Amino acid sequence: MKKKLLFLLFLALTCAPAALASETAELDPISAAKEEIQNNINIVWTCVAAFLVFFMQAGFAMVEAGFTRAKNAVNILMKNLMDFSIGSLAFFLVGFGLMFGTTNGLFGTTLFGLSGVEPGSDWNWTFLIFQTVFAATAATIVSGAMAERTKFIGYLAYSVLITLFIYPIFGSWAWGGLLDGGGWLENLGFLDFAGSTVVHSVGGWLALAGAIVLGPRVGKYGPDGKPKAIPGHNITLAALGVFILWFGWFGFNPGSTTTGEGSIGYIAVTTNLAAAAGAIAAMFTAWIVMKKPDASMALNGALAGLVSITAPCDGVSPIGAILIGLAGGILVFFAVLFIDRVLKVDDPVGAVSVHGVCGAWGTLSCGLFNMESGLFYGGGLKQLGVQTLGVGAAFVWAFGLGLLMFTVIKMTVGLRVSEEEELKGLDIGEHGMEAYSGFQIFSTM
Amino acid sequence: MKLIIAYIQPHKLDEVKKNLATAEVGKMSVTNSLGCGAQKGYHESYRGVEFDVNLLKKVRLEIAVNDDFVDKTIEAIISSARTGQIGDGKIFVLDLVDCIRIRTGERGKEAIG
Repeated sequence: MKKKLLFLLFLALTCAPAALASETAELDPISAAKEEIQNNINIVWTCVAAFLVFFMQAGFAMVEAGFTRAKNAVNILMKNLMDFSIGSLAFFLVGFGLMFGTTNGLFGTTLFGLSGVEPGSDWNWTFLIFQTVFAATAATIVSGAMAERTKFIGYLAYSVLITLFIYPIFGSWAWGGLLDGGGWLENLGFLDFAGSTVVHSVGGWLALAGAIVLGPRVGKYGPDGKPKAIPGHNITLAALGVFILWFGWFGFNPGSTTTGEGSIGYIAVTTNLAAAAGAIAAMFTAWIVMKKPDASMALNGALAGLVSITAPCDGVSPIGAILIGLAGGILVFFAVLFIDRVLKVDDPVGAVSVHGVCGAWGTLSCGLFNMESGLFYGGGLKQLGVQTLGVGAAFVWAFGLGLLMFTVIKMTVGLRVSEEEELKGLDIGEHGMEAYSGFQIFSTM
Repeated sequence: MKLIIAYIQPHKLDEVKKNLATAEVGKMSVTNSLGCGAQKGYHESYRGVEFDVNLLKKVRLEIAVNDDFVDKTIEAIISSARTGQIGDGKIFVLDLVDCIRIRTGERGKEAIG
């Protein structure tokens, strides 16, 4: 009798779940629980990464303030604060829809202001905050290249336009398929994991256009056309900014998985290796060419390595990452000199070299170092060709529209302050206050 | 021997230095200074409160010269620091009693040049 009961109990225990499952027929509870946990891990990781990328705004603010003169510090901080604030609203209302809404072939046409998405736990909210901080990163790159001479209202006009449509439309071509959209570049197989081109090159080429339309700062070029150094006022702040950016990049690259999965750690490693290699390469290049290990070059070298590895970080070997970073560090040194001496474009913080040039290099490096399709791994020239097309498209789109936009701003609200104001400093002229009140600061340049 | 003290607009320093160099006046001291004169100050605001700043930033040059260099020095400063606007600055010329070079113990005319 006892045995019989035990047997029945055994039967009930083994068969009952099976019977239950055949009744509901969709999901066993373990898979459902797993799926929910994975979904929540994705949201948590993507949000943490978004907050890290947000902190890069502080990094940009410190780098740009440190590499420019004390009399313009308030102005550059205000530009960094406002391009993020304006960008957040513009991207939420319009940009996100253009980038990730259902596409008409060229850009998205739904999801403006996330219309139709229920407030709550929908993935789109997480994705929006993550993409907002990326859009704002592209926007804030430009402020450094246009530092110390740009009229504040003109800069505000620019920062609306970039996050409203310039960045989102290009983004939809390469990244639209991450949500509801899609675009011709990604359909060709264009690789840009975290945005060497989509974010950095677009920002860098706009910066180049802005610096060209503005013209150089007073005193940057002598009557003979030779460039003069206008040293930044605080290398301590600049170094802090670079460390903050490096820290934020651990959200920028590993976060672009937007899933909580095993490759996060790997991508953090490739990112870090490239940054380190970039700093070392730029330092030694400066040491050999200029005879001293120049801190401002080494700091820019770390950023060059980071920008370079942003596109290929998920698909290259650790050695590949080091090589990409090394090349980025060397490249940024010569790009700074080329832009300063040959093009004679005044870029006070080196934003065009770091973000434009190294962004292009990083995107091309996918075609060389990608372990599946790269040239060095027997993948042939196809990937490299697609990468080149993407780099070219970004240049034509961002630089072309940039020239047009800054020229229109110049002719309407005005782009440059008066020479008198520039000499006195934009802090007093534009904002009526000083960054270092109570300190005596040489303002002899 | 004379001591020439000049107050000039900060952004004119580069040009003044260049002009002095062509006039073969290569030795000077430069300090930051704050001052007020005929030029009006400017407005600042801090957290919504406005205030006037009437002490303006100037640069002070001190140049010790032998008598035959006085006019050349003054001419060099004026020709480069003058914009014609109020606030261009002033030049003071003082008699200099003596000058000693610490390294060699030279005095007077030799010590200046």
